[in-house]
Amino acid sequence: MELFANLAHGFVVAFSPINLLMCLIGALVGTLVGVLPGIGTIATVAMLLPITFGLPPVGALIMLAGIYYGAQYGGSTTSILVNIPGEATSVVTALDGHQMAKQGRAGPALAIAAIGSFFAGCVATVLIAVLGAPLTKLALAFGPAEYFSLMVLGLIFAVVLAKGSVLKAIAMIVFGLLLSMVGSDIETGASRMAFNIPELADGLGFATVAMGVFGFAEIIRNLDHGAEMDRNLVQQKITGLMPTRKDLIDSSPAILRGTVLGSILGILPGGGAVIASFAAYTLEKKLAKNPSRFGRGAIEGVAAPESANNAAAQTSFIPLLTLGIPPNAVMALMVGAMTIHGIVPGPQVMQKQPDLVWGMIASMWIGNLMLIIINLPLVGIWVRLLRVPYRLMFPSIVVFCAIGIYSVNNAPVDVVLAGAFGLVGYWLIKHDFEPAPLLLGMVLGPLMEENLRRALLISRGDWSVFLSRPLSAVLLAIAAGLLVLAVLPALRAKRDEVFVESEG
Amino acid sequence: MMSIRSLAGACLSAFAALGAFAVPASAQNYPTRTITMIVPFAAGGPTDVISRIVTAHMAQTLGQSIVIENVVGAGGTTATTRAARAANDGYTLITGHMGTHAASVPLYPKLAYHPEKDFEPVALLAGTPILILARKDFPPKDLKEFVAYVKANAEKVNAAHAGIGSVSHASCELLNSILDVKPVGVPFNGTGPAMNALVAGQVDYMCDQIVNAVPQIKAGTIKAYAVATPERNPSLPEVPTTTEAGLPAFQAQAWNAVFAPKGASPAIIATLNAAAIKALDDDNVRKRLLDLGSVIPAPANRTPEALATLVKNEIAKWTPVLKPAS
Repeated sequence: MELFANLAHGFVVAFSPINLLMCLIGALVGTLVGVLPGIGTIATVAMLLPITFGLPPVGALIMLAGIYYGAQYGGSTTSILVNIPGEATSVVTALDGHQMAKQGRAGPALAIAAIGSFFAGCVATVLIAVLGAPLTKLALAFGPAEYFSLMVLGLIFAVVLAKGSVLKAIAMIVFGLLLSMVGSDIETGASRMAFNIPELADGLGFATVAMGVFGFAEIIRNLDHGAEMDRNLVQQKITGLMPTRKDLIDSSPAILRGTVLGSILGILPGGGAVIASFAAYTLEKKLAKNPSRFGRGAIEGVAAPESANNAAAQTSFIPLLTLGIPPNAVMALMVGAMTIHGIVPGPQVMQKQPDLVWGMIASMWIGNLMLIIINLPLVGIWVRLLRVPYRLMFPSIVVFCAIGIYSVNNAPVDVVLAGAFGLVGYWLIKHDFEPAPLLLGMVLGPLMEENLRRALLISRGDWSVFLSRPLSAVLLAIAAGLLVLAVLPALRAKRDEVFVESEG
Repeated sequence: MMSIRSLAGACLSAFAALGAFAVPASAQNYPTRTITMIVPFAAGGPTDVISRIVTAHMAQTLGQSIVIENVVGAGGTTATTRAARAANDGYTLITGHMGTHAASVPLYPKLAYHPEKDFEPVALLAGTPILILARKDFPPKDLKEFVAYVKANAEKVNAAHAGIGSVSHASCELLNSILDVKPVGVPFNGTGPAMNALVAGQVDYMCDQIVNAVPQIKAGTIKAYAVATPERNPSLPEVPTTTEAGLPAFQAQAWNAVFAPKGASPAIIATLNAAAIKALDDDNVRKRLLDLGSVIPAPANRTPEALATLVKNEIAKWTPVLKPAS
């Protein structure tokens, strides 16, 4: 019953006019940040942090939290409409989301993304309130060995989600891993593949590469001759803004599964939300009766990852609220916001700052409600944006991307690099290499390398830790199983080809 | 029609007037516009928080606003390089710290600036004491036992740090060199993940700034052996100093100080220093800094000269400790 008292208290805090206003501002800014390609949540929260110093701490944190999960709603918009993922977590959404847009179904795709996010957000909020404390153990049970194995699993997901050749998908993952190694060596601080460019000392940014291989490359591809038909397709054939009954029935189980996966993976510090979105997509593709629909506009391929990334965004607050340890860069900024207000979060933050913790939890539910109210009517506006002539839309996308990339580090080099990656991306598209596995490799690469090295440092070079620790062993076993499942059809297909040839 | 000569003369005198006007104005009426304070770390980190608390008060004294610009990357050296190259008119300043203005010298052989040669010291703001921390079930009960245990089990123990060049890395290297042990150093990306590993018991010990550690120590999720400052810290009165606990050689704090690019006029430095001292004497500023566990410098240590000496001593202190690691 204490829970209800706490929640009731939280709602009293969250419903104060100032906190409602903060929540709304956060949700609106978050949506905007998500929608604008290249402008990431970390950069936005960092930029807005100083503004919050003049606000009461609870209101300030409610607003910052709103930006964070609000961006998960908005992030899918550009993925679906123009095939440019604004956040790492919406990379997979682009796979089927943009295909749906090409089939004139941008409206249902955007709507199902918002509905899935709303459902996931609500469930995850309850989860934080009810199970926050026990789930904390999961965050602590994950040591370097477990993380490494989880990253291996994540990379296998990347292979599975490729719709074309498995070999090309693996090549892209390896390319992504290589790109992730640019920067400073974590153990020695030595510079790797940075070519004495100071801006590369901390590695390539996600926004830089994503905007290049997805955004700029997509625009270049659209400009070449064969793409004209494609373009007209997106513009003319818009059928219905809201999902049909069938869409809803198809996506309900996907939303449920995505929520569960996202809630669990979100608790893990680090790349939880990214892995969650990939894992949810992979799961749907594996469970589907007809996996070949994926990558060609399957609504489950939008519903599952969008639910997963939003659930993960919410549950990633658990380590912050129960342990006082920020699980990712945005949360670290929120800890900074608390510190400036004289609140140093720690394991006792729930007892010492009930207003803050329960107010924030309650505000998440309110925020999610606001977000769906904001986002559903926006669907119509976004879809109408597709009718904007390309000669106007493309230059504006390029400008927004460039501003976004520049704003991450205020580094002109990043914009130039994004341009170079645009050319790389165009070459890749032309040769049927998919950019999604590349980005996954790039996002997971550093986590994988660092945790591999940490695990081996702690075990003094003994590789058996990955198998002797049960959680790690289970993750590796799942990864091995998935890989076999992914490779088998390819092998079988080859055998079929051989048979066909021998018969002919 | 104006002759060429008179035109040239007019230009010259205008130039001279401009120059005569510009030079003293920048020093005498300083500041006449907004000052930019570069903070080489992300918003919300210890250096950022200290900068914001102090500069908010300094801005009142100076009658001009001070805008904080967070420039992150490469252990703060990206921002410091930028500050070193900025105009020395007193409108671009930097809050440097132990890492950017001392430990960076041995850590980054190709450093594009030198803390002593490229900066004018302005004022020391506050120090954040370093604690020796361990996972809660680490066998040693106090610092003496810790020293003995680490020496006896040097092959087995793991020390976490927040990445090469971080305060926790530098101070752990100092501790290890004093103890003459070489435990395996496990690098993490920032203090958050390192603290998570310590709370989870995946690593044995680490050295870290007091801000992040206090709530964990109070909750009993980790333990603290000693604080590496001459005096106990009010936020952790039960934790002994390293001197009390028998390791007086280990003294470390992450100090934060304001620097101006080299060549800034002495008048500007004096104005800024006076404003910083005034801020450090303000009750509200003091309370906020003390709440963070910070140590406010004694009056004798607040002069630009004292800061110059500190930088010199700190470079001398960290260079032998960090050189072999890089």
